[in-house]
Amino acid sequence: MDTAVAIDAAEKTKITVRDLNFYYGSYHALKHINLDLPEKKVTAFIGPSGCGKSTLLRVLNRMFELYPEQRAEGQVLIDGQNLLDRRIDVSLIRARVGMVFQKPTPFPMSIYDNIAFGVKLFETLPRVEMDERVEWALKKAALWNEVKDKLHQSGSGLSGGQQQRLCIARGIAIKPEVLLLDEPCSALDPISTGKIEELITELKSDYTVVIVTHNMQQAARCSDYTAYMYLGDLVEFGKTADLFMKPRRKDTEDYITGRFG
Amino acid sequence: MTDKHLSTQFDAELSGISTRVLEMGGLVERQVASAVHALSHFNGDLASDVLKQEERVNALEVEIDRDLSSIIARRQPTARDLRLLIAVSKTIANLERVGDEAARIARTVQRLLNTGVSSRMRLPVGDLTYECELATRQLRKALDAFARLDTQAALEVLQQDDEIDQEFEGLLRKLITYMMEDPRTISASIDLVFVAKALERVGDHAKNLSEIIIYIVKGTDVRHNPLETVASLANGA
Repeated sequence: MDTAVAIDAAEKTKITVRDLNFYYGSYHALKHINLDLPEKKVTAFIGPSGCGKSTLLRVLNRMFELYPEQRAEGQVLIDGQNLLDRRIDVSLIRARVGMVFQKPTPFPMSIYDNIAFGVKLFETLPRVEMDERVEWALKKAALWNEVKDKLHQSGSGLSGGQQQRLCIARGIAIKPEVLLLDEPCSALDPISTGKIEELITELKSDYTVVIVTHNMQQAARCSDYTAYMYLGDLVEFGKTADLFMKPRRKDTEDYITGRFG
Repeated sequence: MTDKHLSTQFDAELSGISTRVLEMGGLVERQVASAVHALSHFNGDLASDVLKQEERVNALEVEIDRDLSSIIARRQPTARDLRLLIAVSKTIANLERVGDEAARIARTVQRLLNTGVSSRMRLPVGDLTYECELATRQLRKALDAFARLDTQAALEVLQQDDEIDQEFEGLLRKLITYMMEDPRTISASIDLVFVAKALERVGDHAKNLSEIIIYIVKGTDVRHNPLETVASLANGA
């Protein structure tokens, strides 16, 4: 399909996806995906259930490798380096491409350790610097004021929205270049959702953010670019403002206007 | 809007809005025709009816606006649904102005009657009837185009706007001649100049409506573009 549009010439591409195919065993879940994700922008993947948007997200940091029957073919270049290349250490990729999941997944440890845990895998920091890093990440995730007096209490004692922001803080503490968010607000109330969306807007000054969402209004609110996917195809990719006001393809229009049946 | 939403209620709301826009359009079109009829027949009662209808037009505008806000708040429309609603908001503002022009003409009729002007003065009211036909025809065509979302018909309205403008210029020259020949007609002639201008404005509103229709269908704002550009946009994919 014609998805040859693209990002503004003024913007730099962070991730380039070329002829990507993905299989769950024999099921062909992503079909010849070509996509350029702009640096320091928010890109949203939308589409009905089973369209492949989460699958695509999970390819971007090789999360699928946990399952032996799943395989990806093609190229996913991050700053020119193909991260599907098996010779590249997957943990280094995940240090560069962080991920936050649908359900908050705090580790069963203190708030402080939730954040320090990931950092320790990649860096050995003196105590003071680690404290600074934890504070920086929590501030970045707009959680610091709510937890600064209980850093050593368990992370699971926080509310759902706070837990999700804790996971985002954990994700950014290792200073990745790309942050993948897989329906980060689907389990949250509107207030927490609003805070996370606010946070996403903040984060894009430092990170390239990719968000999968079922909530089209959320994609419309907080992304710069949107990709509409259907049955494993990338149907349309373009600037969010254009896609929601004047989509180029009728399929896209039918989906975003709720005519999809 | 041929294909249906998953939500039939949403479909009903959108078609309800479109229906009322057309109702409002029909009302103001009749208002203009009645106002000019009242003028050419020096009929004060008809002029009063036109002024009475204005209340209904204003009420419709407020009602449609309220429903628009409600749909936007509850449905968060996108793409062509959103374009339709934005367009309706502009359309009803234009229609309300058409109603104002009709009311202006009706008030002129009342004033002329009060100052004792009658058919005996042989003013060129017949020419105004022709300009009125042109203007209401344009308006009707634009409303039909809105009902069918027909960009071709909308384009024709834009192309024919010149005719009204020329008719207005012609009337102006004629009225100037009347005033020069018989200074007693000056006051009434000036009133007729304003009527001619009001009808020319009705044509402009029909033109605005047509541009709005192209926006709904094509998603491109064609205002302030040369006619050839608009034509290629309206005909293009």
